[in-house]
Amino acid sequence: MRSASFQIHLASKLATALLAVAGSVVLLLALTRFIPGDPATVILGSRATPEAVAALNARIGLDKPLIEQAFAFFGRLFSGDLGEDVFNGRPVLSLVLGALPNTAALAISAMLTAIVLGVPLALVSARWPGGKIDRLVAFLSVGFISTPSFVVSVFLLMVFSVTLRWFPVLGAGESGDLGDQLWHLVLPTAALAAGWVGYIARLLRSSLLEVLSESHIRTLRAYGVSEAKILMKYALKPAVLPTVAVLGMGFGELLGGAVFAEVIFNRPGLGSLIYDAIRTRNYPVVQGGVFVIVLLYVLTNLIADLSQSLIDPRERARLVSGRGAVT
Amino acid sequence: MTALVDLSRRPGGTFALFAVALLCLVAIAAPLIAPYGPNAIAPANRLMDPSLQHWLGTDHLGRDILSRLIFGARVALGISLSVIAISLTAGVILGIASALSPRAVDLAIVGIFDVVTSFPSIILALALVAVFGPGLGNVVLLVSIVFIPHFGRVARAQTIAIRNSPFIEAEKVLGAQSWRVILHHVTPNIIGPIFVLACMDIPVVITIEAGLSFLGLGVRPPLASWGNLLNDGYTYLDQSPWLATFSGLSLILATLGFALLGEALRDTIDPKLRRTL
Repeated sequence: MRSASFQIHLASKLATALLAVAGSVVLLLALTRFIPGDPATVILGSRATPEAVAALNARIGLDKPLIEQAFAFFGRLFSGDLGEDVFNGRPVLSLVLGALPNTAALAISAMLTAIVLGVPLALVSARWPGGKIDRLVAFLSVGFISTPSFVVSVFLLMVFSVTLRWFPVLGAGESGDLGDQLWHLVLPTAALAAGWVGYIARLLRSSLLEVLSESHIRTLRAYGVSEAKILMKYALKPAVLPTVAVLGMGFGELLGGAVFAEVIFNRPGLGSLIYDAIRTRNYPVVQGGVFVIVLLYVLTNLIADLSQSLIDPRERARLVSGRGAVT
Repeated sequence: MTALVDLSRRPGGTFALFAVALLCLVAIAAPLIAPYGPNAIAPANRLMDPSLQHWLGTDHLGRDILSRLIFGARVALGISLSVIAISLTAGVILGIASALSPRAVDLAIVGIFDVVTSFPSIILALALVAVFGPGLGNVVLLVSIVFIPHFGRVARAQTIAIRNSPFIEAEKVLGAQSWRVILHHVTPNIIGPIFVLACMDIPVVITIEAGLSFLGLGVRPPLASWGNLLNDGYTYLDQSPWLATFSGLSLILATLGFALLGEALRDTIDPKLRRTL
């Protein structure tokens, strides 16, 4: 049975996450107040009639005080209303939900690619630290981490689509044709994953080395357990914890990075939706899109945080027994 | 000097020092070393391949790519150093204030930091630019807001760690005023890790500025930002690969150089920071 301290831990994490989301909504709504001039005039253009401007202000809720606007936003949110597109009146929620699967597919496939490539690289580097492979991986990971994803996107597009013509240049593929969609996903995924492969490889390598220097590993070596078994069975699990926490944050950063991949590869998605809305000053769509990204970001961080305390037996024991920190 | 030698011995340290020194030199001496003006248009020479006249070729308006990249170094370094200076100052002031204030004020400041960091950095930068509009000044101010919590949190944690140390207590007992304690005793003792963080944040700022400019939401053309150049190269990718290639490589050189320098600095100044930064 979980003790009260676990529930307190869960509640405090949830409360922090909720506060962050609520605060970001207030920030987003407050930002609209800073739009130079009257937002409705900016959206509708200088030739709009005063009636149209007043009607739009009332529709966006700009004629009310900020706090009232925030409460109204949350009130509408619970009934699934994120506002309307100012140009064609379409509900923002349906625009966001329409775009989300494309972005989610991109972010998830990038994260999976990064894990599938990053973990073995970390294992090899930690098995022979200071060796040739370790040095090569160290060099490549710093290179990939520091290269902006939009530069990688443009380079991949230039080499594989424009010059070699191996991959399609633009779009997300024919809807309904899964093979075509996956084919269109290859380059954007590679562009987004590149930095994270390096990041996971480095992070996991250093925590593996830390675990490998502990005394229980020395005991295992003294008993003659093979290095491969020590690495896979005894070192990987505790070493993977810091990486899990980073992955939660990383998923949110991937959603941000998706803006570039989607614009460059001309893919529909949350990033390109927000980008187009910014260019056309369609503020309700910007607000709605950014809100959903923040929500996902906070949520993945929360999940990573909680799963870390559930995977780590030391942390779990501390929470269940209600004792202080073990260390 | 010994610090420099130490730095160059770290993995990638020599490359980092070389890349950063080269960028700074190019940025400072831009008007002296650029073979052409950054905005000198020559439509007859559009999209030329590299040649003796134009070492890296020309863009779609016949402008010399090398000259634009050289002036682009000024924009990248100028913006990133300004952003770091503003966010470091504001972050350190807020962080120290937060650590030394009553709990309510501390909670309020930490709450604001939490809200700002609940946005992925590029998304917050986009949301801010969507409201305040693009342009050089706005980009500097808005990207600074994104980075204030980075410095604020480290400054707060460091201040909390030393605020009850005997030497601070001793100063207080001797009757030193709060501003004196903060300026002469707290700040010098917390600035090391913050300086390292500043160096590690430079490549991130360069990336965000170039990213915003690439999307047409940062520095306005014809000002030569590497992001604008990469976007021009991307637009004419099917006709000429040179602009995209060289502007991308400039960005990689700068971000890689500063990232390696930041890490080498961190390890040189205090290897224990590896855990926190």
